[in-house]
Amino acid sequence: MKILVVDDEKDVQVLFEQRFRKEIRNKEMEFAFAYSGEDALKYLKDMHEAVLILSDINMPGMSGLELLRHIKEKHHEPPPVVMMITAYGDADNYNTAMKLGADDFLTKPLEFSLLKEKLKAIP
Amino acid sequence: MLPPLQSISERIQQAENISAEEKDFFIKAIKEADKANYMVQFKLERIEKDRHTLSVMLQETIEDLQKKSLAIEETNKALTTTLEELKATQAQLIQSEKMASLGELTAGIAHEIQNPLNFVNNFSEVSNELIDEMNEAIKNGNTEDAQAIAAEIKMSLEKINFHGKRADGIVKSMLQHSRTSTGKKEPTDINALADEYLRLAYHGMRAKEKSFNALMKTDFDESIGFVKVMSQDIGRVVLNLITNAFYAVNEKKKLHPNGYEPTVTVITKKEKDKIEIKVKDNGTGIPQKALDKIFQPFFTTKPTGQGTGLGLSLSYDIVTKSHGGEIKVDTKDGEYTSFSIILPL
Repeated sequence: MKILVVDDEKDVQVLFEQRFRKEIRNKEMEFAFAYSGEDALKYLKDMHEAVLILSDINMPGMSGLELLRHIKEKHHEPPPVVMMITAYGDADNYNTAMKLGADDFLTKPLEFSLLKEKLKAIP
Repeated sequence: MLPPLQSISERIQQAENISAEEKDFFIKAIKEADKANYMVQFKLERIEKDRHTLSVMLQETIEDLQKKSLAIEETNKALTTTLEELKATQAQLIQSEKMASLGELTAGIAHEIQNPLNFVNNFSEVSNELIDEMNEAIKNGNTEDAQAIAAEIKMSLEKINFHGKRADGIVKSMLQHSRTSTGKKEPTDINALADEYLRLAYHGMRAKEKSFNALMKTDFDESIGFVKVMSQDIGRVVLNLITNAFYAVNEKKKLHPNGYEPTVTVITKKEKDKIEIKVKDNGTGIPQKALDKIFQPFFTTKPTGQGTGLGLSLSYDIVTKSHGGEIKVDTKDGEYTSFSIILPL
């Protein structure tokens, strides 16, 4: 499973690589990282194999929600699974994300055990 | 007739060596003298009356003036008290403006602290798991693996330390912002200060308006380093300018929801004998008729209750009076605004 993580906090990469070190080692999961919505779109344009995108909503420049809209509107069929992650878990954000076709909505601080279960449940 | 004139007349009447004709002449003259005297007497009395009236009036006027002078003295006292009260109120206003700007930041600060704290929590949990794995490797005599895991633990601990310090820095700067200015100039990392307030203002705006987003650009002159300024005060000026910039781009975004990219840029520059901190936005701009008033206390274009109207006026005082610098504005209505703080070295 190829997963693209989009977050403007650079240390998210180190954290995910540590949290999923076993899955990475066992080649169950493969991670790629982008630090902005713009970077993420560029990545998806160049390589189409990412199947799951975890995106931070609150990022400078293109927000996670805009990224979600781009992915769900313009990306090839079938669109990749997109999980939104945000520090602001308010109803507005949730409703917008769902309306734009988010597959899941998680709030920070991330429960990695829960995230792992959710990821493993994806076929 | 006056008695002396009366007796003169009688003497003349009785005199034998004066002709009747002459007697008539003298008596007539005496009568005229008496009449003239009577007139003078009358006029004198009238003048006397006038004098008396005048003196009474004068007395009244003097009393009136004394009363008025007393009243003025009291008014003066009241004015002095009012002035003192005004000065106290002004000091309070400055403090509440500071607190208002801090309030705007609270959400941003919370968000900014939450992020490093999440890292601290996550990396400490990771370290814990890694230590179990390392013990396992040691038990199995797998030294190489144990060493590799130890390196990962070390990195995790470095991350914990880094993000702990990051949170610490944010709390410190928040405390510094709420404190009264020391009025002392201290060496201050200008670029770090600008960067920090840019992030805090962004997250503060973000928390207040969920839909808010903007591109933040920085162009820092690394040769600036540390500059002696009243750091809390200059911090407040920078924060105020950045908050205004975000407000301006957000207002423009509301007018043009599509095809407009809100952008706020912070630029620092060092020249021979001065430094410049510039905050630029591509927001609503400032209309000419407002431009003359922007540094006036209590002038605000924000809806009632949203702005104190003190931000720029206080910024102006801090830059010009406390630092002997300049604050310049360049703007085009509907297009952009650029504020420059110029501080002498």
